[in-house]
Amino acid sequence: MSLVTLRLRPSQWVGAAMILSLLIFALLEAWLHSGHYAKQNLANYLMMPNVQEWLGTDQFGRSMMARMGSAIRLSFLLSFFCVLTSVLLGSFLGVMAGWYGGWIDRVLNWVVNILMALPGLILVLLLAAILPGSFLMLYFAISLVLWLEYYRVVRALTQVAVSSPQMEASRQLGFGRFYLFKRHIWPSLQSSVLTLAAFGAANSILALASLGFIYVGLQPPVAELGLMVVELLPYFDEAPWILMQPLVAIFMLVLGFNLLAGKAK
Amino acid sequence: MKSILLNRLMQAVMVAWGVGTLTFIFMRTLPGDMAYRIAAGRYGQDNVTAEAAELVRQELNLDVSPWLAYLNWLWDLVQLNFGTSLISGAPVIHEVQHQLGHSLGLAFVAILLSAIIAFPLGVLSGMRVGGLFDRCLLIISALLRAQPVFVIGLLLILLFAVNWRIFPVAGFGTPAHIVLPALALALVLASVSSRVIRDSTHRVIHSSFYTFARVKGLSASQTFARHGLRNLSVPVVAFMGIQLVGLIEGIVMVESLFSWPGIGHGLAHAIFSRDVPMIQGTALMMGLIFVCLNTVIDIACYQLDPRGRLQ
Repeated sequence: MSLVTLRLRPSQWVGAAMILSLLIFALLEAWLHSGHYAKQNLANYLMMPNVQEWLGTDQFGRSMMARMGSAIRLSFLLSFFCVLTSVLLGSFLGVMAGWYGGWIDRVLNWVVNILMALPGLILVLLLAAILPGSFLMLYFAISLVLWLEYYRVVRALTQVAVSSPQMEASRQLGFGRFYLFKRHIWPSLQSSVLTLAAFGAANSILALASLGFIYVGLQPPVAELGLMVVELLPYFDEAPWILMQPLVAIFMLVLGFNLLAGKAK
Repeated sequence: MKSILLNRLMQAVMVAWGVGTLTFIFMRTLPGDMAYRIAAGRYGQDNVTAEAAELVRQELNLDVSPWLAYLNWLWDLVQLNFGTSLISGAPVIHEVQHQLGHSLGLAFVAILLSAIIAFPLGVLSGMRVGGLFDRCLLIISALLRAQPVFVIGLLLILLFAVNWRIFPVAGFGTPAHIVLPALALALVLASVSSRVIRDSTHRVIHSSFYTFARVKGLSASQTFARHGLRNLSVPVVAFMGIQLVGLIEGIVMVESLFSWPGIGHGLAHAIFSRDVPMIQGTALMMGLIFVCLNTVIDIACYQLDPRGRLQ
């Protein structure tokens, strides 16, 4: 029996395909394309796509291919680290709180209630403001908001599993903690944790783009999807094609992860 | 009822403490000497001398230890003494009061608009789950949910303001200015809440009490008005509480996009210009709006559904 059983519905396959195609684009761009995301060439002001620049160039003549590749890699990287951190932290603490209860549960609930008192994006905004343009701070801030959801879901599911007669029977038969976790708790968690991971990835990509859009996240010349939207907005009339690129990338990333997550609960 | 209010009051205290602490850390990490900075804010950049800075330092007790400064900072917060903006020099409380009205107006119109959009659509698709209408709505809502709210706002601007020139691009003043920002927020809210209304409608009209009302001879519309509406609205109103996070976050984005002079715009601006007193005032106000709206929803749930009152 594998630890994680994957059975995807058609819409989830569509989502996975969208994400995979963007990932492949971003990786191939890094590997094969020689352009640099910040290298300017003012002679190439807002070029239409052509043989050399497949995606055209922006207002500073920077290669859109390089910028899109870099921005998508950045989004993937951030969402990967944020989701990994919050899945590990949220699941571990959620299982601890749901399983052992007592003071661990009370302390954790207190922390979670403090963090949930403010809307997530406001908390991220305030933290990002302390160190502007810092990738690490964004990672920390988004993870700090993201793990709460895992913690709450995992804690609730663990409480149900722990009080089940099956688990009680196993416990009285003298099985160890790891066996109890693997046999009784993990199976009830795994589908929710994977769903939440996909939603979490979508949310962290949205948060990164939103911060970039209001100029609080990463700072130029970094290629970041939200930031690119603001930077290219004034050139909408001349080059709508260029503005569409980051918009479509955000749309595909978020839709892909939402589809992969499946039905929202 | 009392415990609901007490809980929300605790949340408000948490918001104030959290915002206060974060902005205090922020203030401490700003580069440069605080006395010089405040003196510059008071007398203008060109009139700052060492004596002026020293006077400010004496007057505001800037020499105290970090912990004492932290306590002073929180004490000021409790007294609603936010200080003056480092940029405009105006008292933060005045600016925030001015912005508050604009934000609340926008939030109100957006919620109203989303209810007008989501309710009929949700009920109609919930009446016939799996039908053509339901499936179309599912796709539209999935597409809307896959966009950050600023992209929806941007598309609305490009369509209605740039292309067709029906509504102004940004700013405020006339009633026409509120349409696009409120619509952007309302579409985001409606894309989720229409699904909740649909599920809730489906559950209610297939329940035994609903069938019984039909069997005992009420017409379809009577049954819906007397037994459907209230039952299906309980989860919907409760869900509004979850959606509020999205609403507040959306307000920050949409106000920045449409230059709507509300609190979200103020917050984004203050962060961009590193104006700490303004950040504190606007973030606190945002948090308090969040708490207030949550309280309203708690009370609405309490009034709508007597079943939940025992807990």
